Amino acid sequence: MKQLLSILLTIVLVSCRNNTKEVAVDADTVVETITDATTDTSEAIENASYNDLELVDFAEFESRYLQQPALETTYVINFWATWCKPCIEELPYFEELNKNYEDSNVTVVLVSLDFPKHIEKQVIPFIKKNNLQSKVLLLDDPDANTWIPKVSEEWTGAIPATIIIKGEKQQFYEKSFTYTELETELKTIL
Amino acid sequence: MKTNFLKLVTLVAVTTLFVACQETKEKEISQKVETTTVQEVAMADKGEVTTAKGYGIGDIATDFKLKDIDGKMVSLSDYKDAKGFVIIFTCNTCPFAVASEDRIIALDQKYKEKGYPVIAINPNDPEVQPDDTYELMQAKAKDKGFTFPYLYDTSNTVYASYGATKTPHVYLLKKEEKGNVVKYIGAIDDNVRNGDAVKDQFLANAIDELLAGKEVSVKETKAIGCSVKQKKA
Repeated sequence: MKQLLSILLTIVLVSCRNNTKEVAVDADTVVETITDATTDTSEAIENASYNDLELVDFAEFESRYLQQPALETTYVINFWATWCKPCIEELPYFEELNKNYEDSNVTVVLVSLDFPKHIEKQVIPFIKKNNLQSKVLLLDDPDANTWIPKVSEEWTGAIPATIIIKGEKQQFYEKSFTYTELETELKTIL
Repeated sequence: MKTNFLKLVTLVAVTTLFVACQETKEKEISQKVETTTVQEVAMADKGEVTTAKGYGIGDIATDFKLKDIDGKMVSLSDYKDAKGFVIIFTCNTCPFAVASEDRIIALDQKYKEKGYPVIAINPNDPEVQPDDTYELMQAKAKDKGFTFPYLYDTSNTVYASYGATKTPHVYLLKKEEKGNVVKYIGAIDDNVRNGDAVKDQFLANAIDELLAGKEVSVKETKAIGCSVKQKKA
């Protein structure tokens, strides 16, 4: 009987402990990721050819998506960064939208505003780990005061921010999205 | 009889443990849910934060009373000799805020004695952004050797009345008879990422212009920053 008791106790205690441990590990991982993003001081990387990521300056970005966008394509352009928690949380919805509206000529473009020096340690591993399917650009243009108003006069510079463009029609959002909200906004412009 | 009693004790003990364990689990789950809800609310709220007007150029900024990292309360009215203030909403971990730290210290060291001290305010709610607790603010100020007050916006109202949407977000005030007038809003300079590559020092230029008795020529600028992390009030 005593043996049974101790076995039962052990089982209960162990199952209890496992559960706590799991939660603690989750929290640690989050903190670690955030710390990494801020303490890395590695040198800037000159090479701009990465398989999963294209570096562009604002002039290139503007001519490609803002000035003369293809009339038949709807661009959903999301400004994000690997260190931006609300951005990371909404990325799956943009990925889902990209997949679900592939046949409706909708292209999702994820524009990373990470620092170029974090490309190899932070951005590329993030893209690979999350297996991002949408087009990912890194906007490498430090003079934000010049280009932010060209994206939208409404934009204060906080991210996440999103712009939906089809021909002459443009809508800007400085907010986080749920999938439903994002789909609703897309449908108003499609 | 004895065996039966033991059986009973065992049953009670095991049940208690199971219940206790279950409670812990539930508590953890409810905590998790709570965190998620808070974040979702914060997201939904972000639209309101940005659309909330806040101050424009020429508006009078109201005074505040916020706790510094040494526990003292700080108000603009404490600074009898100041000609104005460099109010910077900033935080502990946002990469853009971190990249600006040395520049903020340099600005304070240069302009405090000329009458424009820096006052930094952390607008983030640590329940939404756990890296922005009061204790971690104290550690940050100590590590970096902040020469200016680093205030904790416990009321969660100061950032909203200013209209700050991100960190870092600068408001330059000039003390006039009618109050502290907003003279410049925006970025420290034109290159948040790299202080060595700065071409245009927006904030320093604006302070210099005020010190020379001129109007600020570039009144508003923009920079990328981390959104203010707040849950719905």
